[in-house]
Amino acid sequence: MAVDTAHPAGAVAGSGTSILPGALKDAFLTGLIALGLLGPLVGFQTVIIDGALGLAYRPLVVAIMVGIIFVGRLILNLTVWSPNRAPKANAGSGPLARGALAIAPAFKPALLAFAVLFPAIAAFAMGGLNESRYLLDLGILILTYVMLGWGLNIVVGLAGLLDLGYVAFYAVGAYTYALLATSTPVNDFFAAILGETFWANWAFWFCLPAAGLFAGLWGMILGFPVLRLRGDYLAIVTLAFGEIIRLVLINWVDFTGGGAGIASIPRATFFGIPFNASEDGFAALFGLEFNPMHRIVFLYFVILVLALITAFTTVRLRRLPVGRAWEALREDEIACRSLGINTTNVKLSAFATGAMFGGFAGCFFAVRAGFVSPESFTFDISAMILAIVVLGGMGSQIGVAVAAAVMMGGMEMLRNLGFLKQVFGNDFDPSLYRMLLFGFAMVAIMIWKPRGLVSSRDPTIFLKEKKAVSGSLVKEGHG
Amino acid sequence: MLAIRGVKTFYGNIMALKGVDVDVHRGEIVTLIGSNGAGKSTLMMTIFGQPRAREGQILYEGRDITRMPTHEIAHLKIAQSPEGRRIFPRMTVFENLQMGASIDNFEHFDGDLERVFTLFPRLKERIGQRGGTLSGGEQQMLAIGRALMSRPRLLMLDEPSLGLAPLIVKQIFDAIRELNRTEGLTVFLVEQNAFHALKLAHRGYVLVNGAVTMSGAGRELLERPEVRAAYLEGGRH
Repeated sequence: MAVDTAHPAGAVAGSGTSILPGALKDAFLTGLIALGLLGPLVGFQTVIIDGALGLAYRPLVVAIMVGIIFVGRLILNLTVWSPNRAPKANAGSGPLARGALAIAPAFKPALLAFAVLFPAIAAFAMGGLNESRYLLDLGILILTYVMLGWGLNIVVGLAGLLDLGYVAFYAVGAYTYALLATSTPVNDFFAAILGETFWANWAFWFCLPAAGLFAGLWGMILGFPVLRLRGDYLAIVTLAFGEIIRLVLINWVDFTGGGAGIASIPRATFFGIPFNASEDGFAALFGLEFNPMHRIVFLYFVILVLALITAFTTVRLRRLPVGRAWEALREDEIACRSLGINTTNVKLSAFATGAMFGGFAGCFFAVRAGFVSPESFTFDISAMILAIVVLGGMGSQIGVAVAAAVMMGGMEMLRNLGFLKQVFGNDFDPSLYRMLLFGFAMVAIMIWKPRGLVSSRDPTIFLKEKKAVSGSLVKEGHG
Repeated sequence: MLAIRGVKTFYGNIMALKGVDVDVHRGEIVTLIGSNGAGKSTLMMTIFGQPRAREGQILYEGRDITRMPTHEIAHLKIAQSPEGRRIFPRMTVFENLQMGASIDNFEHFDGDLERVFTLFPRLKERIGQRGGTLSGGEQQMLAIGRALMSRPRLLMLDEPSLGLAPLIVKQIFDAIRELNRTEGLTVFLVEQNAFHALKLAHRGYVLVNGAVTMSGAGRELLERPEVRAAYLEGGRH
């Protein structure tokens, strides 16, 4: 075996400069083929001139495309496909990986500091608080997905239970808040005891734990029927569960408002102090000039704190027996049972804990948007959250955070592909290709980083020194 | 201590155990030998309720555990190093050992850890390494160590010698003997490696096609011509 793989490297060693003609020839041929194909396909365009069909020519577009193919092929020939290229010994030993290891200790605090300072940075970069609205909204969106990713990570990454219906708990959390906050009996009840505006001002802070608990309860309700299922079967049942919740939300019109959703949900308050221009408002009490952005900045910090609570809880739980039991369950259910672990309880606790954080995030979603409808809780969201967890490297907290930022930030960046119009003409709508490019990016990541962006996991216990174990050395992800 | 009475276990319609009677007394090493497919591991798992015996009784210290859930059986201080070891490959050695101690509520964790490391010093060197990256012998040590972390009164071992080099097999069997002699630990050992197992054990049972065909003291079984022919000399009848 070893003989077979050894000879190509030896045969071409020392022929460093002689590959250029071959590469050029190959690229030229490819260019010709591309020209032959693209010439008729792209070069001609039918247009209607004075009511009759005529032909227009687009030589520039053809030239650009052929040029891209020629240059691309040439570069590939000289680099990736080059026979001289030394085979990569190990993913963990390249200079890039070494650099990554060197900055790793500083990475988490730096990321946290950036997250905390983000509103100030955004305001400074955009030249004012009002102008930074777009960036802050994006930050809130990313953090919501970071939190959802961390929540799902408990179920998928730690306990190894593939859950395709995570959006259901997000929906339960959102509707818990929406229904309780807009409920007239509840409002009347508190108005009678604690004053007219009490419930509108405090609803979020009361509903947040309620939403988490309620979603956790639903996690258990889902957990019971699927206790005996694993892998693919579990995935299908959870997928169905997510859809059932959505369909119930659509069809139970009396209770949930059906497809029209629930509007005018009370906004977030600064612990009871509303963000409005009135005398009792946040701005007046703190001696600031009223600015609607205060509420957005506050929301940003609320979701940041919620996400950090999720991360902190997960890290703590992982060191406790219950967290260890989740991981052991992922590894081997039978071994778990013969070690005296009640796998029923362990599974239910994983489902409930994951669902609880989904519920918190849902409650936050409702208060941020001020409006909920079943359309916000489609399978896409579940798929997106799962993609974040998988891309981030299952079980890795920081990886999930990075993946959420890349996915959500990347999606937003792809909206701004206006420059492509200059190449493909004004009819070209780059935003339509957003999902296509996004799909390509995901495929690419899975090819080059099959175990997720952060695939090594720090051992929680070590003898003399911490040895990070590269994900490529162990079975499946969970680095 | 452990009494198995007329146990029949089925896989679907196939009877894997056809009424097995086995006794394990306190302080003994009892071995169950047999060839592939005789039902050794099935008996082992039936004691743990996975699969459950359809007929017969399994008594542990006079208590019927035939219908008890697996995790509760483990709480009765029966520990198992299952077939194929079944360690947690992506968890470290330390975490694997922690999982073993969860029945004991981690009360004697440090002392027990020290005991396992004295028995298997190799595990101490590998403490931060993932289970899946250990060698076969080390994984077997880890599986036994994990079982010991629960402070069992009865230790059940399913083919601890499987796929290991002779030197490692000797180490592991020495460790079992040591545990039995110094702490009086009762051991129920399922083995295909009849020679080593019978030499180690006080008593032995021979399982053929789901039924016990012979039993007796370990050395005595070792002398029997049928046992020698079937299990010790390459299967010549």
